Amino acid sequence: MADLTTDFLGIQSPNPFWLASAPPTDKEYNVRRAFEAGWGGVVWKTLGAEGPPVVNVNGPRYGAIYGADRRLLGLNNIELITDRPLEVNLEEMARVKADYPDRALIASIMVPCEEQAWKDILPRVEETNADGIELNFGCPHGMAERGMGSAVGQVPEYIEMVVRWCKQYYQRPVIVKLTPNITDIRKPAQAAKNGGADAVSLINTINSITSVNLDAMSPEPMIDGKGTHGGYCGPAVKPIAMNMVAEIARDPATRGMPISGIGGITTWRDAAEFMALGCGNVQVCTAAMTYGFKIVAEMKSGLSQWMDEKGYASTADFVGRAVPNVTDWQYLNLNYIAKAKIDQDKCISCGRCYAACEDTSHQAIAMSADRTFTVIDEECVACNLCVDVCPVQDCISMEQLPSGRTDPRTGKLVLDDYANWTTHPNNPGAVAAE
Amino acid sequence: MTSPTAPGIAAGRIAAEQIAAGFADLHAPLAPHEVNVAADRCYFCYDAPCVTACPTSIDIPLFIRQIATGTPEAAARTIFESNILGGMCARVCPTEDLCEGACVREAAEGKPVEIGRLQRHATDTLMAQQGHPFTRAPETGKRVAVVGAGPAGLSCAHRLAMLGHAVTMYDAKAKPGGLNEYGIAAYKSTNGFAQREVDWLMGIGGITLETGKALGGDLSLDALAEDFDAVFLGVGLGGVNALGIAGDDREGVANAVDFIGELRQSADLGSLPVGRNVVVIGGGMTAVDAAVQSKLLGAENVTIAYRRGREAMGASRYEQDLAASHGVRLMFNVQPHFVHDGGINLEYTTDDGDGLKGTGETVTLPADQVFRAIGQTLTTDGGLTVEGRKIKVSGAGRTTRDGVWAGGDCALGGDDLTVTAVAQGRDAAMDIHAALTGA
Ligand SMILES: Cc1cc2nc3c(=O)[nH]c(=O)nc-3n(C[C@H](O)[C@H](O)[C@H](O)COP(=O)(O)OP(=O)(O)OC[C@H]3O[C@@H](n4cnc5c(N)ncnc54)[C@H](O)[C@@H]3O)c2cc1C
Ligand SMILES: Cc1cc2nc3c(=O)[nH]c(=O)nc-3n(C[C@H](O)[C@H](O)[C@H](O)COP(=O)(O)O)c2cc1C
Ligand code: SF4
Ligand code: SF4
Ligand code: SF4
Repeated sequence: MADLTTDFLGIQSPNPFWLASAPPTDKEYNVRRAFEAGWGGVVWKTLGAEGPPVVNVNGPRYGAIYGADRRLLGLNNIELITDRPLEVNLEEMARVKADYPDRALIASIMVPCEEQAWKDILPRVEETNADGIELNFGCPHGMAERGMGSAVGQVPEYIEMVVRWCKQYYQRPVIVKLTPNITDIRKPAQAAKNGGADAVSLINTINSITSVNLDAMSPEPMIDGKGTHGGYCGPAVKPIAMNMVAEIARDPATRGMPISGIGGITTWRDAAEFMALGCGNVQVCTAAMTYGFKIVAEMKSGLSQWMDEKGYASTADFVGRAVPNVTDWQYLNLNYIAKAKIDQDKCISCGRCYAACEDTSHQAIAMSADRTFTVIDEECVACNLCVDVCPVQDCISMEQLPSGRTDPRTGKLVLDDYANWTTHPNNPGAVAAE
Repeated sequence: MTSPTAPGIAAGRIAAEQIAAGFADLHAPLAPHEVNVAADRCYFCYDAPCVTACPTSIDIPLFIRQIATGTPEAAARTIFESNILGGMCARVCPTEDLCEGACVREAAEGKPVEIGRLQRHATDTLMAQQGHPFTRAPETGKRVAVVGAGPAGLSCAHRLAMLGHAVTMYDAKAKPGGLNEYGIAAYKSTNGFAQREVDWLMGIGGITLETGKALGGDLSLDALAEDFDAVFLGVGLGGVNALGIAGDDREGVANAVDFIGELRQSADLGSLPVGRNVVVIGGGMTAVDAAVQSKLLGAENVTIAYRRGREAMGASRYEQDLAASHGVRLMFNVQPHFVHDGGINLEYTTDDGDGLKGTGETVTLPADQVFRAIGQTLTTDGGLTVEGRKIKVSGAGRTTRDGVWAGGDCALGGDDLTVTAVAQGRDAAMDIHAALTGA
């Protein structure tokens, strides 16, 4: 059995699966049950400053995107940070940490961008014995209107400033949670690093309107006839999150900085993919909110089985392994030539590949009177659309043309050396190959 | 209540509730969530094989997509544009041999998209709303006589009326609908659907229905041809083939279609007598329907005796299994030999390549009732040329007489299915329209 124990910033946890700061980690009751269910750690629901807590709306705070069988594909929320008094949260955190010393417990914090506010809260958090803090610079609704959350996360200078205060007034690891509601995710990550942050975590939720009620003519979730943009999360955001993770992982300015991966993680495989892109651990919110705490059992067994199959003894063995293979378009090998190939034994003759290629791609699939579909190598540009629309798994594959063969589309010989856009004759700025 | 084992032919063998449960919808309507899941399974195939397999060429992927996107009314229009009896067809089509049999997901995983039930969902939804979905074109001043108000006649009449022609539809029976009303198994068309559908179809306007008027009786083809600009015959197959064996005329020996017709018209199934032992001779849908419905009325032993092997049976594998699941015994390679008091003697058959022969070996089954289900025959040809025991037609139902068209079971070609009758009626209407307007 593979060892799932992870060490993230010196914080040990029995597995890399943490619950993200959100309703699942809202209070002692939940967190105890999450730990009993097997979660390796939690980031407590974001704490606010001392004083009367924020209030949430009293109407629906979630909206959703579904598949036809009501599988939840994307969730949107307009919940704010914790609406419970700071004192209560701190007491509960201290109690839970004392009872579960082997699990990670991180305090998520969002207080105004004033030094005093941080100076006030940090010592109190430290007293709970929490293993570290996560700065919520991500929440894109409500709190942002008050100059917090993503309003801070969108300004690298603020991030750097707040991180410095935290490093000054707090001894344990500081994680900066980033907002994806920004054009270039590398900038806030660099700012976090410059401020001295120990790690970044990402993504928080994405600004979104999940649906429009066409009778009431209002966005959903609708409260008394009105709606507002909310934060999008769940399976739908995973591709966006993974790209942002990879951008930070391969940016020379932030390379090697620990990352906690968040965004749509629903299965062990999602987690493995984030970790391969450089995340030391992962955080989960929507999947737990959809299926309950028990899903961590599948995540643990799945990751462990896969690690055994691959011969990875510990998570450190594969964290970041895919990062060197994330590159820029300009470095992709233009001498790599493939053709789509249809496995006639698997094909069920639905014609979707034909419609897709004929109507919207390169007219590279032929259809016979008896509904046999074949790829016309003379036309196929290997775009992969047919593979993506074919309802039968592994029915269409992309086969590399071996070097020495002629590409029937271009009439050119397939070369086995690597050549990319930077040296391509059509590129006005091409540099001559040496 | 009579005992289930009461000898002879008796009514009320089982409790009324049990009878009612047995005759409930064979395929219950899909629940709203089931609709979403079923519709999502459709791949929206290119030049979809299911459409090719539908005799009326309904654009199946389009209507399923319209259902999937929450517009079952639009889906129903798509269906009705090709097949105005799409509601009945959704209930009675042997989909396993037609659209669903051709569905790529049948090939892929043995589980086709549930086209029939989705079609029912769409058509039920629209038909439950007020009004008729199509509007009539302005009157053309042309008049067409449609003889027979079965699927072929109804489909033809509707299309003609929609195109602006004035239609008079005659039927020999007291009620319109043809075999939809008198023949289809009761559990396929429940709650008076056949009459509701006719009423709804007539909502197009421009169709006058005259029941109790028979060609060969009150009506003659010459007179109709004289009075109208065109005539369409959709008279079906009203006769039944005889068994041609000793005892065929005994009491208790009856036509399966008559038994079914009586059952369909009965207001109280508990009062309908059925034998303790029933033997149905034949191998088509009629045989299966007579057998299953006998069983549902409380017959103790029901046997379908078919003269050839299973593969040659007219009833689909699905229908055969339906019969078997109701406890009907399927006997193959036996032909009726003679009927005697309380029983029937069957002879085993063999086919050595030049025709079916009796082997000489016989078996006797107890039988209080014997149903003939070995095919229906044409009863009215209006003096037209007949070929293969049906009215000869070419093209879109043109008979050998100018100005007279025919379609459905009475006409050559077609599979003796509701849906083929609908297709032929519709196509004949388009041809009549072209002939009358020069379009
Ligand atoms: C028992 C049984 C079960 C069946 N089950 C199915 C099934 O499940 N699915 C399926 O697809 N098909 C089924 N069929 C076949 C289907 O019912 C027919 O193919 C279809 O009804 C043919 O339509 P039609 O309009 O040609 O004829 P019919 O439905 O027979 O209609 C003919 C009409 O013409 C009238 N008529 C007859 N003679 C005259 C006359 N001389 N003058 C005026 N009117 C006349 C009749 O009264 C009748 O109304 C079944 C048939 C039977 C007998
Ligand atoms: C209802 C809800 C409330 C959330 N509240 C917080 C919060 O208080 N602090 C925070 O940092 N992130 C919050 N998040 C964001 C999640 O922690 C997480 O970053 C995001 O949902 C993406 O992960 P997922 O796809 O696994 O849900 C919240 C998310 C949801 C759905
Ligand atoms: S890879 Fe693209 S171009 Fe080639 S057959 Fe498929 S869809 Fe057509
Ligand atoms: S999409 Fe796939 S299954 Fe469908 S015709 Fe093309 S290759 Fe065959
Ligand atoms: S064949 Fe099946 S999957 Fe394809 S369009 Fe028809 S119903 Fe849909």
